[in-house]
Amino acid sequence: MVYLTRLEHFNAAHKLYNPKWSRERNEEVFGVCANENWHGHNFNLFVTIKGEVNPETGFLFDVKKLSKIMKQHVIEKLDHKNLNVDVDFLQGKMCSTEVLAMEIWNQLKPHLPENVQLHCIKLYETPRIFVEYFG
Amino acid sequence: MNNKVAVYRHEHFNAAHRLNNPNWSAEKNATIFGKCNNPNYHGHNYELIVKVTGTPDEETGYVIDMKVLSDIISDNVTKRFDHKNLNLDTQEFQDLNPTAENISIVIYDILRAKIDQALDLQVRLYETERNFVEYPA
Repeated sequence: MVYLTRLEHFNAAHKLYNPKWSRERNEEVFGVCANENWHGHNFNLFVTIKGEVNPETGFLFDVKKLSKIMKQHVIEKLDHKNLNVDVDFLQGKMCSTEVLAMEIWNQLKPHLPENVQLHCIKLYETPRIFVEYFG
Repeated sequence: MNNKVAVYRHEHFNAAHRLNNPNWSAEKNATIFGKCNNPNYHGHNYELIVKVTGTPDEETGYVIDMKVLSDIISDNVTKRFDHKNLNLDTQEFQDLNPTAENISIVIYDILRAKIDQALDLQVRLYETERNFVEYPA
């Protein structure tokens, strides 16, 4: 078993805001992250896949193809976007880094071949804050 | 002999913005600013490095007390811009496009008024890990 990781990045606006709650409750729970007019981050996305190495290529999976899948199904939908407003797969969802990592998993999984397993989505919201999701 | 020393303080803030010139058509804005023109905004983790240059004080050994410098940046820059929409939530960018260049000039002007004129000042602003600006150049 080998693990292979590809790093991509995107810049986006978001806010942490539960529309079922009052503005006061949102500010109490989410603090500055609830700012009505959004704020933003440079996100770094590490996607790790695992599986056996193909003896003919020496590859687990062509990393260029992994990069293309990430770009097509995740990065192009998120980069320079407002996560709460512009992204189809986040409609009606909370835009926390935790939820975003889980939804990125759901976007990528159907596009990987059967012999390649998705292992981990590691998502940095800032250089000091990141989440990991293992499915 | 030149006894000048440069001291640096690193701070950060996270903000949303968009690049848009209200005097241009939507098409021209989209052409010039590309995805940075997204009407719903996008955002960055800005990293700010403030450089202060001067001769260390004979009694303290300091060019500037770093805690004082940190408080000046925090009270006047970070608190003003952190977790804000630069276009909507700040006075400074009501009529000024919040490019990294313009943000660095605004931050310099804010800090210049608060720091001893005998000390030289320069700001470096990272918009991403790969894009950064310095003012004055």
